[in-house]
Amino acid sequence: MSHLPDPCLPTGVCDGAWQRIQTSLPSIPVEKKNGMQIVVVGGGLSGSSAAATLAEQGFHVKLITYHDSPRRAHSVAAQGGINAAKSIEEDNLDGINELFKDTVRGGDFRAREATCRRLAEISGSIIDQCVAQGVPFAREYEGVLATRRFGGAVVSRTFYARGQTGQQLLYGAYQALMRQVANQRVELLPRRDVLELIKVNGVIRGVVSRNLLSGKLEVFRAHAVILATGGYSNVYFLSTNSLKSNATAIWRAHKQGAFFANPSFTQIHPTCIPLGDKYQSKLTLMSESLRNDGRIWLPKQINDKRHPSDIPELQRDYFLERLYPSYGNMVPRDVASRRAKELCDAGFGVGVDGRSVYLDLRDAILRKGPQEIKSKYGNLIDMYERIVGEDPLAMPMRIYPAPHYTMGGLWVDYHLMSTLPGLFVLGEANCTVHGANRLGANALLQCLADGYFIAPSSVTAWLAGQTFSPSSQEIDNACIEAMAKAQKRIDDLVKVKGGIPVDDFHRKLGKIMINRCGIIRDERGLRSGLKEVNELKNQFHNEVRVPFEVDCPNPELEKAMRVADFLELAHLMLSDALSREESCGAHFREEYQTKEGEALRDDENYSHIAVWEFVRGASSIKHVEGLSFSAIQPDKRSYR
Amino acid sequence: MTNKISLDLRIWRQESVSQEGAYVEYRIEDLSTNLSLLEALDKLNEELVMNGERPINFDHDCREGICGSCGFLVNGQPHGPKDATTICQLYLRNFRDQSTLTLEPLRAKAFPLIQDLVVDRSSLDRLIISGGFYSVDTGSAPDANSFKVSQDNSSSAFQTATCIGCGACIASCRNASASLFVAAKLAHLGQLPQGQTLRSERAKQMKKQMAAEEFGSCSNNLDCEAICPKEISSNWISWMNRE
Ligand SMILES: Cc1cc2nc3c(=O)[nH]c(=O)nc-3n(C[C@H](O)[C@H](O)[C@H](O)COP(=O)(O)OP(=O)(O)OC[C@H]3O[C@@H](n4cnc5c(N)ncnc54)[C@H](O)[C@@H]3O)c2cc1C
Ligand code: FES
Repeated sequence: MSHLPDPCLPTGVCDGAWQRIQTSLPSIPVEKKNGMQIVVVGGGLSGSSAAATLAEQGFHVKLITYHDSPRRAHSVAAQGGINAAKSIEEDNLDGINELFKDTVRGGDFRAREATCRRLAEISGSIIDQCVAQGVPFAREYEGVLATRRFGGAVVSRTFYARGQTGQQLLYGAYQALMRQVANQRVELLPRRDVLELIKVNGVIRGVVSRNLLSGKLEVFRAHAVILATGGYSNVYFLSTNSLKSNATAIWRAHKQGAFFANPSFTQIHPTCIPLGDKYQSKLTLMSESLRNDGRIWLPKQINDKRHPSDIPELQRDYFLERLYPSYGNMVPRDVASRRAKELCDAGFGVGVDGRSVYLDLRDAILRKGPQEIKSKYGNLIDMYERIVGEDPLAMPMRIYPAPHYTMGGLWVDYHLMSTLPGLFVLGEANCTVHGANRLGANALLQCLADGYFIAPSSVTAWLAGQTFSPSSQEIDNACIEAMAKAQKRIDDLVKVKGGIPVDDFHRKLGKIMINRCGIIRDERGLRSGLKEVNELKNQFHNEVRVPFEVDCPNPELEKAMRVADFLELAHLMLSDALSREESCGAHFREEYQTKEGEALRDDENYSHIAVWEFVRGASSIKHVEGLSFSAIQPDKRSYR
Repeated sequence: MTNKISLDLRIWRQESVSQEGAYVEYRIEDLSTNLSLLEALDKLNEELVMNGERPINFDHDCREGICGSCGFLVNGQPHGPKDATTICQLYLRNFRDQSTLTLEPLRAKAFPLIQDLVVDRSSLDRLIISGGFYSVDTGSAPDANSFKVSQDNSSSAFQTATCIGCGACIASCRNASASLFVAAKLAHLGQLPQGQTLRSERAKQMKKQMAAEEFGSCSNNLDCEAICPKEISSNWISWMNRE
């Protein structure tokens, strides 16, 4: 059993700590950088921004993505916006403080204070960087940057580009990346799945990937590896993530020794289009910015089958406004999701199987006119209409919570390095600032803070202290070993030749996870979940059917490898949720709640990050990284 | 509210670029009209896998019309019959029961076939590499509030920046011209105050690359505008030609 390594948190007050540390970090002369190779896995916001910046600074970078182009990474789908403490006035300390505090509070005091502080402090430069790249953020009449308000915030500090903020930010990073491809500093390696990491004397020195066109396994060596592979909400099968979003790279790293932090902290987003059919492949998010103008309600009467327009005002229950007068429809996501689920469970729900609530734009349209609403939410309105076949301007939308974001991820220290030296983890794949619940519009911010600013400094600083001495024989052997491991996993899967398709298993896993480890969890359910996942995993390895031609494109094999890893990760998520005997943020344990039905935190015993170590052939070991707060004192998270 | 639909599908099957391809007929029965066409293909693929046949390969990922991965022809039209809609957002309720749909890959010289409905669109990345960016290093950006951008300018730049790089405009064009794709990028970058330096240089580089990739020239047929799932206007092509 090993110990939890030092999280390397800054000493002294956390205000300005990042600035202080940065100036003291070692650097590397450009000539030396030129001989160094960095592999970045993932071309989303965090991967593209890191790769572009490291290349600008003189490193050689290889960027691997399973997509045909980095522009397609799942970041492209982010709708609502990006938070930043940036006002027109020059001195914006208040803004930084507020964003910092809202982030810590939003995460229900389960994230490190120092990293949240850094996020808020860097945020302003990120907007500068994006604007300089040509990101067409919305503007006010006078031409200055416009902002809007997001859930969990009382101030308006979310910058946006219509409902396509992620797309515009990603294209900014993608274009910066392509500029470095033009400069021959970045080599793009698209259509490849990273399946294994190469470890030499305990240090990560490269990756093994499968070329998705030829089926060949390939080795890419590096002086440092960055994983920026996104979140794992697809463990639930139905989620708002892209269909191929996966946990494979981080799970493989975990099995090689990278610790996994808070795996059960997952966010279920309240405003998604509900399920319409069993064979539906995903759930689509309707940005929570809609909650600025949309009012959420259910009929007061149980099992009310009337058309919404036939339900008079007095018979409507605007339940979030009723329960949370100060935040109303803008309460944080976990709270909104839980209240919707409870009311639907109690029989007040509407739509297919009574599993939705109304999100109604009627009053906003009356107040502001359809034109303004359309110009603000045009693409969301169109999207809803395409998927559901109804017009949200004429009839309230039906929405329901769906898995959306994973706060958990690989454990990293303050410098974004995992417990495996040489392996850095960025973006949604790590676990740095969101604690038990991510604040809306903070994910994009974190990705870009990691990619543009933090990783370039910290990867450089780490490399500056390394001497790369292993013999080429040692590296060769490590590569051969890693390739053999990946090959064996492929062979084992195609060899099963069972009678059940991959998606069937994935659907079943999703059902187990949403029921046992979703919006509400309890001990009995979690224990049953562990058993069910074990059984499903055994069945998978005995009965799955995967087409056996592997030296060519084989999308079923890609899916099967992802599902195999999800099945293992699911087990860890359930164990983590079981071992955290408190409710905090999005982790709501039925047994631990206040009289009003709010999360009951237990700071005495659980003010920590749960950090899991993989042990071959035995149960995972849980370490804890204690959290302490000095700039902001843990209080009860209240939105009433 | 759920209706059922049955369809005949004629799908282009081709193992690889070096092998011959052909249409193969399939039938899907009694599917909910609340499913998307891609979900219908998922289901068909499940059946093919169970029968030991190779499933139909098509590109996709976000399934919400924003990543630009998907895109093949339905009855000759990239992304199918519905305006402003990518194929992943095309629901079965848009088709008549018992009709026949022909599915084939985007066809253009600059998009070599990979397999079935999948083509290689890396030529679009190379167009961006040739000059589709501002040259600004991380950390060197001025304060974003140090200059103003009018609402008209920023919203017009935004419109052109919404191109998802799916390649439908090229596949719809009889000359396989990439003019709309390139014009959209040049217009995005050229309309903002940050992009005024090197503006004509960018246009020159990207146009040169367009020719090198063997995209055809534009003869103003405007099929591209009609097919664009993001409704980018072909007026930007004339704008580009004035640059
Ligand atoms: C619908 C939706 C809307 C959202 N809206 C907002 C919002 O308004 N504001 C906000 O702040 N956040 C939002 N989020 C969250 C935010 O978009 C994500 O957290 C963020 O974009 C993740 O970026 P990333 O760089 O970590 O990873 P991603 O963008 O997911 O990129 C992952 C990359 O890794 C690659 N990859 C993954 N696995 C492998 C592998 N094994 N081998 C090779 N390559 C691999 C992929 O190809 C891809 O390039 C939203 C999320 C969703 C789902
Ligand atoms: S799958 Fe992303 S646009 Fe269609």
